[in-house]
Amino acid sequence: MEIFLQQLVNGVVLGSIYALVALGYTLVYGIMGLINFAHGDVVMLGAMVTLAVVHLLSGSGLPGPMVAAIGVLAAIPACMMTGFLIERIAYRPLRSAPRLAPLITAIGVSMLLQNLAMMVWGREYLSFPQLLPAATYPIGGASISFIQIIIIVSSSLMMAGLSYLVKKTRLGNAMRATSQNPEVSALLGVNVNSIISVTFIIGSALAAVAGMMVSAYYGIAHYDMGFILGLKAFTAAVLGGIGNIEGAMVGGLLLGVIESMGAGYLGTLTGGAMGSNYQDVFAFFVLIVVLIFRPSGLLGERIGERP
Amino acid sequence: MKQRLKWAFFVLALVLLPFITDFALGKTWVRILDFALLYAMLALGLNIVVGFAGLLDLGYIAFFAVGAYLYALLASPHFGFHLPFWLLLPMGAFAAGIFGMLLGAPTLRLRGDYLAIVTLGFGEIIRIFLNNLDAPYNITGGPQGLDLIDPIKIGDFSLNHPLGHAVFNYYFLFLILAAAVAFVSIRLQHSRIGRAWVAIREDEIAAEAMGINTRNVKLLAFAMGASFGGLSGGLFAGFEGFVSPESFNLNESIMILCMVVLGGMGHVRGVIFGAILLSVLPEALRYVGPLEESLFGRVIVDAASLRMLLFGLALILVMLLRPAGLWPSGTRRRELAAHGETARHENTNVYDASR
Amino acid sequence: MSTMQAAKLLELENIGKHFGGLAALSDVSLSVRQGDIYALIGPNGAGKTTLFNVITGIYRPDSGSFSLAGAPMAGKKPSEMARSGIARTFQNIRLFANMSALENVMVGRHCRTKSGVLGAIFNGARTKLEEKAIRERAASLLDYVGIGNHAHMLAKNLSYGDQRRLEIARALATEPRLLALDEPAAGMNHAETDSLKSLLERIREDGTTLLLIEHDMKLVMNLCDRLAVLNFGKLIAEGTPEEVSGNPLVVEAYLGVQ
Repeated sequence: MEIFLQQLVNGVVLGSIYALVALGYTLVYGIMGLINFAHGDVVMLGAMVTLAVVHLLSGSGLPGPMVAAIGVLAAIPACMMTGFLIERIAYRPLRSAPRLAPLITAIGVSMLLQNLAMMVWGREYLSFPQLLPAATYPIGGASISFIQIIIIVSSSLMMAGLSYLVKKTRLGNAMRATSQNPEVSALLGVNVNSIISVTFIIGSALAAVAGMMVSAYYGIAHYDMGFILGLKAFTAAVLGGIGNIEGAMVGGLLLGVIESMGAGYLGTLTGGAMGSNYQDVFAFFVLIVVLIFRPSGLLGERIGERP
Repeated sequence: MKQRLKWAFFVLALVLLPFITDFALGKTWVRILDFALLYAMLALGLNIVVGFAGLLDLGYIAFFAVGAYLYALLASPHFGFHLPFWLLLPMGAFAAGIFGMLLGAPTLRLRGDYLAIVTLGFGEIIRIFLNNLDAPYNITGGPQGLDLIDPIKIGDFSLNHPLGHAVFNYYFLFLILAAAVAFVSIRLQHSRIGRAWVAIREDEIAAEAMGINTRNVKLLAFAMGASFGGLSGGLFAGFEGFVSPESFNLNESIMILCMVVLGGMGHVRGVIFGAILLSVLPEALRYVGPLEESLFGRVIVDAASLRMLLFGLALILVMLLRPAGLWPSGTRRRELAAHGETARHENTNVYDASR
Repeated sequence: MSTMQAAKLLELENIGKHFGGLAALSDVSLSVRQGDIYALIGPNGAGKTTLFNVITGIYRPDSGSFSLAGAPMAGKKPSEMARSGIARTFQNIRLFANMSALENVMVGRHCRTKSGVLGAIFNGARTKLEEKAIRERAASLLDYVGIGNHAHMLAKNLSYGDQRRLEIARALATEPRLLALDEPAAGMNHAETDSLKSLLERIREDGTTLLLIEHDMKLVMNLCDRLAVLNFGKLIAEGTPEEVSGNPLVVEAYLGVQ
């Protein structure tokens, strides 16, 4: 039971991060019908920029939490800019091209970002210093650390903010209209190009924060950390119903919990044959199972039926 | 008659190529030629999936891995099996084809993007399994991989013997098989099945309405492509004598995609050209390291990351500037260069299809 | 033909289809006789295209059933519909834009031919023969619809009217018993419409039953044997053009009088 509770806590933390990244996929998919393969690498960039700023401030004597905050505040605009440029350079010119074209450039962008990061920051695993208090608090029989609380609280706040933005503001209305029907929205005076840019920028800002969280949580950053993380977040988005904002949140949390439980119990279930080194495999099986049985996801509209 | 003479010269040139290369550049470069042919087979397989049927497969290297590991497991001291290559190559192709079908079945009724991401995941999962299946029973040899794999033997003649000429022996075997794969690709392209693939790529809903079982036909493309990958994998294992999960990472999948895209999707000759170009060019990058050292006193960018960086850049630039590749087929050029009214029309089609 | 008491080819019974809370079709029953030209008319959003999509297998009806020559059809996939003898064209033309006109029609032969991967690779006598037959049949269909001289043009470079004809030729290549045409005269001028009319009459004379959605009332009244009028997803009238045009419900639906 204690293991269960502990894995649940860990799963919710992991899931909050997945949800933030999944939102980036889902926002772009909802508006453009495109999987932005490079999104995971924007997350990586967020982690790397944060880390670079943290290293810069390491001798400054500022308190840890403040250093972390400055780091992430630097990472957010950097990622926003990157997201904006990715869309402008690699996707926008291909908007009227056959579907395959932007998918291929997306892969190209992902490769480019990864290898640029490798050139700048090297191929070694970089350690992320302990900036937040290491305190843990007991809940039930399990414990929750300070950073875990920070992750859960701040990602909840960001998701609430995003929901508000999309549901209640003028910008959100324009975004939803564009995702329903870009041509009609354009006729109604919505500037579709700037809506798409804004969507990439918002998604990238969330990615920056997620990148910082994930590397602070695991204490590590690496140039290709975005790949598996992106794959999982995409799975979360599909699980919840891609294109659906609540879906991304629910899918993220669910996937985090599934993965965490899986990692906790797989060894026992298989008599030790498979351990937590198979953790990364779960997301993939979840993805396949969802695609077979409910391709529209838990909260999604039906997409199986054509025209 | 003139055509026949041209072909005769072409074949003669291909036969002489390794010897000339050896004379001019040495055996290392003949080995590079061998790999170029191997990659040509792989790229032709991926071309069936991406070029003909328009399905993006980002984990293609996994099928190569299936073929390679099957060969390694059944022709090495690891389990003590030593099956002959003429049995193992078809088995590898078949097994890879089955994997392709299993993977394609759940995703092919959905939009292409899902296939892309599922194949991406699959490529990674295969690698995770290969890395971890050394415990509790040692099946794959884990990260160390498997070695002492039997060389390909034709009758009693091992292609690894005499040692210095192994690269030549494999050159001719690969040349024959690559020619066969190209031949099959061209025959398929101009057949009822090939037309159905292109129809699906052009407009899936219309293809379905014309009585094409799009799911089965896509599955067929997927399985065919995968089986070419499996075949090449077997050859790779026999040639190298050693396999490890390292050889089957995402970068390899991207490189093969790059060959197809750069050469010209859907165009057999273009794809072969792309494969040879991208197998030979990166070899030049090995001089980058020493060059940097002499210029800056240290290696700033290592050749491997520079290679992937350039591949990424190539994918973007080719799609933006020359979407039909460096040597496109007629049809593909017309389609990918579509703009104006046609593009708008195609776009509405796509848009409808997504509803 | 229309005066003869012909057998029923297509029969729809209580077809219903909902999208969310919206009933796109409710309780639609009608039958099309063998050899007729049958039209579906009604205001925009009346459910004509939805009904078409049900008949051609793109949508699965939520309720009701339908049959072609007595064989139950509801729930079949589009490709199975085509194989069972229902072929269609699309309101917004959906040709294989970058294939030649001839290749487009050759694709239509797919479901009536067999050769597979092995046949393609070895290209034996049987495959060659089949391929030759496909090509010849496609060429003669292009002649039949009157665009034989454009066989090697890319579909997307054909004129609008010729694209509509090509779509019909491609559909005919599947050897349909029922040819379903979604607004075949849309965007055509008088001359084009007239020649389309004679093409459709010829197709009917050669033994194919036609079902069409059409907005051009003059064409409908001159061409069709019978027609059905849909409004808000319901069948409000059915019969010969004379019967229907006298029906007060139809007049109301078109004039919007409540």
